[in-house]
Order: sequence, then C-alpha cells, then structure tokens
Amino acid sequence: MAAITAEGLVKIYRTRKTEVRALDGVDLQVDEGTVMGLLGPNGAGKTTAVRILATLLRPDAGHATVGGFDVVREAHQVRSMIGLSGQYAAVDENLTARENLWMFGRLYQLPSAESSRRAAELLVQFDLVEAADRTVKTYSGGMRRRLDLASALIGRPRLLFLDEPTTGLDPRSRLGMWDVIRRLVRDGVTLLLTTQYLEEADELADIIAVVDHGRIIARGTADQLKSQVGGERIEVVVHDPSEIQRAAEILARDGSGQWTLDEHTRKLTVPATGGAAKLIEVVRDLGEAGVEIDDIALRRPTLDDVFLSLTGHTSETETPEAAA
Amino acid sequence: MNGAISDGLIVTWRNLKRIPRIPELAIFAILQSVMFVLLFAFVFGGAIPLPDGGSYREYLMPGIFAQTIVFAAATTAIGMCDDIHKGLLDRFRSLPMSRSAVLIGRTVADVVYNAGILVVLMISGYVVGWRINTGLPELLAGVGLLLLFAVAMAAIGVWLGLAVPSVEVAQQVSFTVLFPITFLSNVFVPPQSLPEWLQPVAEWNPVSTLTAATRELWGNPNPYVGTGLPAEQPALVTVIWVIVILAIFLPAGVRRYRNLSR
Repeated sequence: MAAITAEGLVKIYRTRKTEVRALDGVDLQVDEGTVMGLLGPNGAGKTTAVRILATLLRPDAGHATVGGFDVVREAHQVRSMIGLSGQYAAVDENLTARENLWMFGRLYQLPSAESSRRAAELLVQFDLVEAADRTVKTYSGGMRRRLDLASALIGRPRLLFLDEPTTGLDPRSRLGMWDVIRRLVRDGVTLLLTTQYLEEADELADIIAVVDHGRIIARGTADQLKSQVGGERIEVVVHDPSEIQRAAEILARDGSGQWTLDEHTRKLTVPATGGAAKLIEVVRDLGEAGVEIDDIALRRPTLDDVFLSLTGHTSETETPEAAA
Repeated sequence: MNGAISDGLIVTWRNLKRIPRIPELAIFAILQSVMFVLLFAFVFGGAIPLPDGGSYREYLMPGIFAQTIVFAAATTAIGMCDDIHKGLLDRFRSLPMSRSAVLIGRTVADVVYNAGILVVLMISGYVVGWRINTGLPELLAGVGLLLLFAVAMAAIGVWLGLAVPSVEVAQQVSFTVLFPITFLSNVFVPPQSLPEWLQPVAEWNPVSTLTAATRELWGNPNPYVGTGLPAEQPALVTVIWVIVILAIFLPAGVRRYRNLSR
C-alpha cells in the first residue's frame, strides 16, 4: 500500500519581481515500509515537497496523501502519524534534552507518564543519557541533530520525513546518523529522505527520485539510475601525448564501445565489460605495446555521473534560483 | 478547546522555563524600568511641575508600570520571531496539537513574567516614595487592569513576531512604535504641557487611560486634561481598548500562524 502519494504538486513563491516555481508538478509514491530518497541540489524543491507532505505548507496545485489522509483537508490526522526532522535542529535551546522530549511527547498527545518513559527510552537509543539534563545550548551540532531526530520519533510515527538529516555534520556523526536511520527502517518505518549527497541516497534509499528545478527528472533504484549512464569504464592516463593514438587503438580493441579522450589530462575512457579481468588484459596489452601510463582504473558509475548526465550540471552547483 | 488549554499550558511551561535559565533577560528588563524611575524621579522630576501640585514620584510610578507593560510587547514579538527562526514553530506546526496553543502559551507566559516584573517595580517604587493611598481592593484592581492590558500587548507582540522577517526587525519595529506611544501620553508629563493638537491623541492613548485609571485607583496625583470620556472613565476606556486590540490582533495572529511561510 502507498504510504505517501503526491500528484501534480505545484508550489510557487512570489516576490515583488520574480516568481519561482519551487515545485513544478511533482508526482510521488512511497510504499509502506520503504525508503524514498529525494536527491537534488540546493533549491531543487526537495524541502518544499517535504514541507507540503508534513502539512506545513499548502500546495498551489495538485494534492497529496500521507497514510491515506489528505495533507490539506485532513492535516490533523496526518500530523498524528508523522515525525519530521529538518535540517535545522528544531529543539528548544533553553530546555534540557529530557524536557524537550517530554514536551514534544505531551504535544503529540501522549499522557505525561508515557511521555517521560518514551523520552528516557529515546535518550538511551540516541546516546544522550549523559547530557540528558543539560540545556541544549551546551550541545554540539551532532548531539542537537540526534535530539531533533529523537524528538521526531517521540510518538512512534509510522511515517518519517527527514530533510537533509546529515547536512553540516562531520563524517563521523554522519555515519552514526546513517546507523540510526537504518535501524529505524528495519523497524518498519516508512521514510522519505531528502539529501544533496549522492552517496547518502545510495546508502539509505530503496528508490531514488532525482529532483531538479522543481521536477522529478528520474527515478529508480540506485542501480537502475547508474545503468542509465552505462556500466563500468576503464580510464587510462597516458604519460606521453605522442602515445595516445596507440593507446586508443588498444582500448578500441579491448573495450566494448567508443573511447573518449580528455586531451588536457591525457585521459582515455572506454566502456568495458568483464571487470577486473578486462582491466588486467588492458594493462598487459598496453605494456606489450610499450605505452607508458601514469594511471589506470576501473570505474563504476557513481550517482554523481547520473546527476551530471541527467541535469548537465553536477550536484555541487546550485541552480540559479536557489530560493527554497 | 480542551486541547487548546492543555497544549497551551505545556507551551506556557516551556516559555516560563526560559526565565530562570536566561536570568539576564529579566534582570535587564527590570533594570531598564528602574533606570526610567531614577532618571525621571531625580533628573527630570524637578523640572516637571504638576498642575495641581502633588508628588511627582507618586505621579510617575503608575506611568512606569504602564510603560513596562507596553514595552513587554517587544519581548513577546522577539520571542515569537526567535521561535520561527530556530525552526521550533515548524516542529510545533507538524505536531497534532491545538493551532492556538503556541499563541496561548506565549501570551500566558508573558503575562506571568510581567506580573513578576511588576512586583519588583512596585517595591522599587515604594523605595523612592511612591505610595498607594487607598486600600487593598484598589491595589488589586489596578494590578488587574495592568495585567489585562498586558494580555492585549502580548497579542500585538505575537502578531508582530509572526509578521516580521527577523528578530532584528521585530526589535526595530517594536521600539519605533512603542516609544512614541508611551511618550505621547500622560506617563511622564501632564498632558496640559503638550501642544493643543496633540492633547486629544494623548488623551485617548490607551497608555494614558491605563495610567490615569491606576493613578485614580491608588489615589496618586492625576491631573487630567479635558472632560471627555477618557478623562472621566479611564478604566472603562482602557477595558474597551483591550477588547478592541484583542478582537483585531488575536484572529490576525492565529491566521498568521496557520499561514506561516505559505
């Protein structure tokens, strides 16, 4: 069953002079118990989509359901089933972690005792026991983020929205966050995750939707998306420019497609099948022909390649109207 | 409705927790008012004669109380705005809680906070020579009127905090609006000393009617200009003001809250 559906979502932000279509007709379907990753650069519209699904924002067109309830007309029912954790740690700095969790539990309409019990559980689960009774002001960024996620889980929501859960975290905290998220998914939570990190979508999501300029431009599993840009490739950096022609002839013979050359870096790339065995073959043939090489590698396409081939820009570049 | 109250109380609890955790806020709010007391009592006081005689300090203190309540709207606005920017309001709006709880919680907490500051100010007023020349019922009635007005000011503050783009703007707007409102009144000077065309403004200004009402209740000097309704029934006019302000700003605030960043 679909836990989240969206059809033709449009959201337009108007300022005095300009009009930005933050969402320009987005369709989504997330099945129960699965993880959908919305992948895109800053300003692509990911956060806007999450805010609409979490009832914080009204779409200008289209409609969406979460857990079978309409996000506009049945917003209250939707709120009783979801947890939201955003890119800014939305917790009260002047309360302790325990107080924050208790408060959000009460506002999730849990009874007071149940709220305290649940808070204690989450403090253990998120490794915040030692700091539990200190005000959040004294917390590091990673601790705040963990508390923010814990706050989203206080009411045991069946559906979870995580808006860039690891943006701004150091690598160690990011890995920790991934572990936490994987555990949640194992427990059967349906998750919609946004991220600018291709690696993160690859790591956590069952299905990835690539978002750019308010539209979904591709969707599928990580493997499906990668196969769109082709399979493995062999890259060779030739030492002497005069030997490039000879190397290219060898690659044309060993590879399984048209080779390309980046003259500036003297790098030849050719699609290849056969993995490591083929790589060894190429190394041997180049050696027999006496071509001196600086570097050679077997490269699998990354989601970065996917992004580049789909959008014409890498995931690092911001879209011009990076508004929302 | 039930939910609005219980959720509202939880948000109130959260807002009140902040006071002991950032004591500087309350301390400087009190210091600011005490500074006004001292400045006007000792610096300007001698140069401001009251038309019918009487103690300037007894005249001044009810005005200082009213001023403190009015300026509290800025604190409310800044607190509200801060909650938006910390993302806390998004969290509240994503929870299955009453839509008015955040506004109720902010208002109730700020009124309680003001009541506390009022007590400290009354004590410092007593020290510089302010007295209540009537009885306990009048004392309570005066405090009640001040706190009722505090509710109205909190409603304005909530709306303002939700309407402006940043904490800095909330601060700027508050002071740009609140300063003239408190000074174009009978708080520091008798309205007779104002130019004639300004006198009606000062007369109908809710800050004036609130101040005049408490002066009257406590038997403090109250040289009031004119014979119109605000002069004769300052308490009644103040209550009408409170009703008008709430009727405008409460629904406006709730609407802002629902439509935040829409």
